[in-house]
Amino acid sequence: MKKVSIFAVILLALVSAGAATAAETQTLQIEGSTTVGPIVDAFAEAFKSNYPGLEITVKKTGSGDGAAALIDGRCDIATMSRFMKDKEFKTAVERGIFPVAHVVAMDGVCVVVHPSNPVTQLSTSQIRDIYEGKIENWKEVGGPDLPIVAISRDSSSGTYETFHELVMNKEEMGSKVEYVNSNPQAHARVKTTIGAIGYVGIGFLDANVKTLKVDDVLPSKQTIATGQYPVARPLFMFTSGYPKPGSMTYKFCTFYLTETGQEIIEAKGFVPVTNY
Amino acid sequence: MDKALLNEELEPAIGLKNQSLVLTPLQDIKGFLFHHLGRLFLFLITCTSVLLVLLIFFFVIRQALPFLTKFSLVEFLTTSSWYPEAGTPKFGALSLIVGSIYVTLAALIFAVPVGILAAIFLSDIVSLKIRDFIKPVIEILAAIPSVAYGFFAVLVLAPWMQTKWGFTTGTNALNASIILSIMALPTIISVAEDSISAVGRELREASYALGATRFETIVKVVMPAAHSGIIAAIVLGMMRAIGETMVVWMASGNAAQIPSPWWNLAQSVRTMTATIAGDMGETPKDTPHYWSLFAIGVVLLAMTFLLNIISEYFLASAKKKAGKS
Repeated sequence: MKKVSIFAVILLALVSAGAATAAETQTLQIEGSTTVGPIVDAFAEAFKSNYPGLEITVKKTGSGDGAAALIDGRCDIATMSRFMKDKEFKTAVERGIFPVAHVVAMDGVCVVVHPSNPVTQLSTSQIRDIYEGKIENWKEVGGPDLPIVAISRDSSSGTYETFHELVMNKEEMGSKVEYVNSNPQAHARVKTTIGAIGYVGIGFLDANVKTLKVDDVLPSKQTIATGQYPVARPLFMFTSGYPKPGSMTYKFCTFYLTETGQEIIEAKGFVPVTNY
Repeated sequence: MDKALLNEELEPAIGLKNQSLVLTPLQDIKGFLFHHLGRLFLFLITCTSVLLVLLIFFFVIRQALPFLTKFSLVEFLTTSSWYPEAGTPKFGALSLIVGSIYVTLAALIFAVPVGILAAIFLSDIVSLKIRDFIKPVIEILAAIPSVAYGFFAVLVLAPWMQTKWGFTTGTNALNASIILSIMALPTIISVAEDSISAVGRELREASYALGATRFETIVKVVMPAAHSGIIAAIVLGMMRAIGETMVVWMASGNAAQIPSPWWNLAQSVRTMTATIAGDMGETPKDTPHYWSLFAIGVVLLAMTFLLNIISEYFLASAKKKAGKS
């Protein structure tokens, strides 16, 4: 008897839930970058509580997939950690889709070393030489006589992409470079290895690692937002044409301007493009 | 008394009295169908696992084919620069293949002596009571998730190697090998122990009767008799190590290089499994990089398949021997 009643309650809940969504079904398809993923997830979470009838699907497979989905008309918003390539843009226009970019946040990549390391600043070309394996000892850049252990993120991560593009100029990394698969792991390796150099998102800086000045600029929210810090890039949402004001797509693409949106962006370790 | 009991026993049979012993055609067909359909059903269920293996082979090879037709296989297997995302991508998987073999063999150097000695101890030396306590504990080792081993490697073993042994980097081939050997131990111990225990009591008693000591009996009689099972245990442990992904991804450092000098375990290496797991995440579909990962998968499958055949061979001959004695 008890079982039956529980079953009935579940059934009733399901039916009522189904009725609620049927009342006002609106869908929002979002596809693209894994880097922008945490922001979009948190935005979607906020939207779900604000608009109960809204169904948001978020796919995080990579910037290229996002562009492809927008071109095919499979998504409303494509999230990308880079701008569209000419080829993607051309195909889109040929299919009658006019990509419009919305910069929602800035992503800064900070270069970190072990706290005991006396080196305080490096130039981008020095960092490049280190990761290419041309500089192998800290004494070559004004530090102690200590072999350098260069630590990189795996080549499929967004942080790697930023670093590879802005610091490495897309040059190959040396064969001695070690790879780790997450920001916390990169942080942990640098924290525990005296000769290590690594790079992490700005949200992962703390007293256990030492942040280096790059080209004489210390990474901070301000230097990243203003573009002074060299290893920073904008994160995009692309829509087909400028979304109709008031539409769900419009609300989502401009959510970064609201106070909640900015708070979310900061909480996820990125830098808002707005000052508040 | 006897009669009553007899009656009681016959009682249930009375119900059958009216039934003819000859089955009706319907019952006959029903029985026939039940028997054969049941067999067919069970056969199909057994087939699914075989089919799954074939499907895995099929799909991995199918995804790898575009790579094998567009890029040189010789270059893939003999050069060691792995830059799949570069402007002109280089797919030299030799450093990855060497990396996998390297950590696996190094893990075996640690795991085989320890595993076999432990197996001998458990089967021939220690009392049953203690053995029944130790064996489950060893098997717990196999139940620890590999991520947990990975955390241990990165957060405990790596800093320790750096501070105590003065290694430049703590995530290296040695670190991965040590963790892999711990993970391979339960497999090696339990298979080796089974095969050593399976050596008949007669052999041991005969050996003692001829005046051999326990050491002589173990080394000259028991071990040779159980050798095929022990080899199978080693090969199974090897398969465990070569297929392991999470731990090597976290502990080996993932630098795509062949250590120089070759015996330098303190350098970091990159294995095939770690490359597949690490790169698969955001590699766009149907690109050379994507296909190349499947090509690595084919190499890995071929290696484990070969090891599997070897272990099957030795396990079968171990069984034959056990049957004879």
